[in-house]
Amino acid sequence: MVERYVMSIDQGTNSTRCILFDHQGRLVTVAQREHQQHFPRPGWVEHDALEIWRNLRRVVPEALSDGGVAADEVAAIGIANQRETTVLWDRRTGTPVGRAIVWQDTRTAPLVDDLRERPGDEFFLERCGLPPSTYFSALRIRWLFDHDDGLRQRAQDGEVLFGTIESWLIWNLTGGADGGLHITDPTNASRTMLMNIRTLTWDTELLDFFGVPRPMLPEIRSSAETYGEARTLLPGVRITAALGDQQAALFGQTCFSPGEAKCTYGTGSFLLLNTGNEMVRSRHGLLTTVAYKIDDQPTVYALEGSIAVTGSLVQWFRDRLGLISSAPEIETLARTVEDNGGCYIVPAFSGLFAPRWRSDARGVIVGLTSYITSGHLARAVLEATGWQTREVVDAMNADSSVPLKELKVDGGMTADNLLMQFVADVLGVPVVRPMVAETVSLGAAYAAGLAAGYWSDLEVLRRNWHRAAQWLPDMDSAHREEEYDNWQRAVERSLGWIRPPGSR
Amino acid sequence: MAGPVQSIERAAAILRLLAGGPRRLGLGEVAASLGLAKGTAHGILRTLQHVDFVEQDAATGKYQLGAALLHLGTSYLDVNELRSRSINWADALAARSGEAVRLGTPLEGKVLVVHHVFRPDDTLQTLDVGSLLPLHASSLGKVLLAFGAAPLEAALEAGLETYTRHTLTTAEQLGRALTEIRELGWAAEIQEMSMGEAGLASPIRGLGGLVVGAIGLSGPVERICDGQGRPRPSLITLLREAARAISRDLGAARW
Repeated sequence: MVERYVMSIDQGTNSTRCILFDHQGRLVTVAQREHQQHFPRPGWVEHDALEIWRNLRRVVPEALSDGGVAADEVAAIGIANQRETTVLWDRRTGTPVGRAIVWQDTRTAPLVDDLRERPGDEFFLERCGLPPSTYFSALRIRWLFDHDDGLRQRAQDGEVLFGTIESWLIWNLTGGADGGLHITDPTNASRTMLMNIRTLTWDTELLDFFGVPRPMLPEIRSSAETYGEARTLLPGVRITAALGDQQAALFGQTCFSPGEAKCTYGTGSFLLLNTGNEMVRSRHGLLTTVAYKIDDQPTVYALEGSIAVTGSLVQWFRDRLGLISSAPEIETLARTVEDNGGCYIVPAFSGLFAPRWRSDARGVIVGLTSYITSGHLARAVLEATGWQTREVVDAMNADSSVPLKELKVDGGMTADNLLMQFVADVLGVPVVRPMVAETVSLGAAYAAGLAAGYWSDLEVLRRNWHRAAQWLPDMDSAHREEEYDNWQRAVERSLGWIRPPGSR
Repeated sequence: MAGPVQSIERAAAILRLLAGGPRRLGLGEVAASLGLAKGTAHGILRTLQHVDFVEQDAATGKYQLGAALLHLGTSYLDVNELRSRSINWADALAARSGEAVRLGTPLEGKVLVVHHVFRPDDTLQTLDVGSLLPLHASSLGKVLLAFGAAPLEAALEAGLETYTRHTLTTAEQLGRALTEIRELGWAAEIQEMSMGEAGLASPIRGLGGLVVGAIGLSGPVERICDGQGRPRPSLITLLREAARAISRDLGAARW
C-alpha cells in the first residue's frame, strides 16, 4: 500500500486531536475530543493523564475511519503537545502519580519568589535560558517531592518516571510498562528548566539544584528522527517527531529562516521568532528556547513571548460567567457595541507571563460604570489579547535589530475577524493567516514527514504555505497610543495583588 | 396521503404542557399528564432537548421550554460560530480547488459574506467578510433561495436587478434555476454578476437538514468552467465534499 498521509497528534490544553495531512500539507480528516479541566483550588489546574491517553485511543481510529484511511497508508506519526505540563507515573503499572499539573498552575509561586531571591534569575538564565516561573516543569517536580514522602526515593530507584505529555504518550504508544520508550525532544526539554540550552543535555547543576534524580528523566532525542514503532493503536507505524505545540506551530508556519515569526492564538498565545543557530538572550522579558532540532543537524533557536491567558479568557467568559454559549459568539456580542466603553480586562489569572513575568499579578476589570454592558466586556476580552500581543511584539522589536514587518498568525482565535483586525490595528503591521489554521498539527506532521522521507526538504514545505487571509492596520495612531496607555494603566492595577504570606 | 406522525403529535403535546404552567416539570409529571410511558416521554424530551426546544435543569432534572423556541424566526446558528466550525474545511477547499472560497448566510434580502479564504496564489487580495451580495445573482444567494434559507417572495418584490446580460431578471428564469439547483444539490452563477467571473455554491445544513448557509468558490469563468462553458465536475465534487463535511460537523445526519 502506498503511504499517502502523515498523522499528526496534537495533545493540547483543552483537547486531543488527530489530523491526517496529504503531500500538499492539506488537511484530510480531523477527529477531536476534549478532556476535563480540574481546578481543585484557586490557581491550581490539573489534567487526568489517563483520560488524555484514553482520548487519544479514541480519536486515532476515528480520524482513520472518517477519512476512509487504512493504518498502512500512514507514513509516520508526529506529536505536538501542550508544554511544561508535568506527569509522573509508575514505570511498572503505568499509573500516573496523581493528576498531571498543567502549565497554567500557579501552586509553585512561593518557590518562585525564593528562587528569584536566591540563587537569582541569572543562575537559571545562564544554564537553561528561562527565569524561575510557575510556568516550568522542574518546580512542579520539586513541589511533588515536597508533598509526597518517598516519591523522590521511588524516582531515584527508577520506579517513577517524569515526562511532559509527549513522553507520556510515546511511552504508552510504544508498549507502556512493557518496554515503552521513555523519550522527549529538546523543544519540550527546553521548557523544564532542567536542560542545558547550549548542550541540549540534562544539566547536572540544575538537576542537583532541584533535587531531580536522573533515572526519572526521559532520554532527549531530536525533534525529528525515527524514535521507534507504535505497538498499539497503529502497530508498526513509525513515530518520527515530537515538538512542543508552539515550536510545532513555528514549523508549520514554515518559519525556517532567522527573523521569521508567528503567533498562535489558543488557550494562551505564543509569539516565537526564529533566531537561527544563534542563541539570543533577551533583555526584555522574552524566553530563549529551542525551536527545533532535525536529526543531527545544528540546533535552531527561538525567542518566545508567552501570554498565559487569551483564548482561555473567552472560555472563562463562556463557562464561568455564562454570557455567551459558544466561544465564537464573543465576536457577535462584541459587535453589539462600537468600542470598549472605557472598560479593560487584564486576565492575569496565572500572574502575567511575557514580557512582565509577574506571578504576584491577578486579573482585574477596570473602568466599570453603569454604562458598561456585556458587549463592552466582550470587547475588553478580545482587546486584552490584542494588547498582550502588542507588549510581546514591543519586547521582540527591542531585542531584535529588525522590527517585525508582518505577523503570521494561526490557531482557533484567528477565526475571529474582529480580533484579528484589532491585532493589526494595535501592532500597526499586517496580520496574515495561512491556509492551514491548524499549524500546530501541521508542524508536527511536517517534522514527522521530513524524518520519514515523506517530504524531501524544507523548501518543499515552504511551497505549501499560502496566504488565506490578511488584515491591514486601520486605526488612527493617536487613538492607538491613547488606548495603549489605558491598557498599561490597567495592567499597573493588576500587579502586586498577591502578597507574600505573613506580609499583612 | 400519510396520517399524522404520532411522535410529532406527542412532542407538540409536551411543548404545550410545558408552556402551560409557570414551573418546571419532572419526567414523571410529563408522562403521567399525557398518559405516556416514561420511556416514551423521555425519548421525546431528549430529542426536544437536542434541538434546544426544551431545557433540563441541571440540579433538579426537571424540564422547561428552551430559549430557542423564543427565537424560532431567527437563525439558530451564530454566524461567527458557523465560520469557526467551517474554517478547516473552507481552507482545504481553497487549497484543493485553487480558488477563493466564501461562506454566505442570508441577511435582509442579501447574502452576507461571513467567511472568505483567499485564492491560494499569494497575490494581493482583500478580505471581504461583511460585504453583501445579491441573492439572485450570486451562487451563494441562489443556494440560499433554493433551499428556503432566504425567502424568494421578498427577493422578487425587491426586484431582480440586472448586473450583466446573463443575470436572471424574471421570476420564471429564477424559478427554473432554483428548481434545477434543488435537483442538483449545487448552484452555478456564470457571468451573472460580473462579466468574466463565475461561481459555484453548495448548501451547508444543520440539525435536521435545515440549510443554515452556503459555501462557494469563485474565480475567472475559464477556470470555473470547462471549454463548453459548463462548471468543471472536479470543482463541484470538491465543493460538495466540503459542504458535506461542514454539515456533518454541524450535526446534519445524512449529508
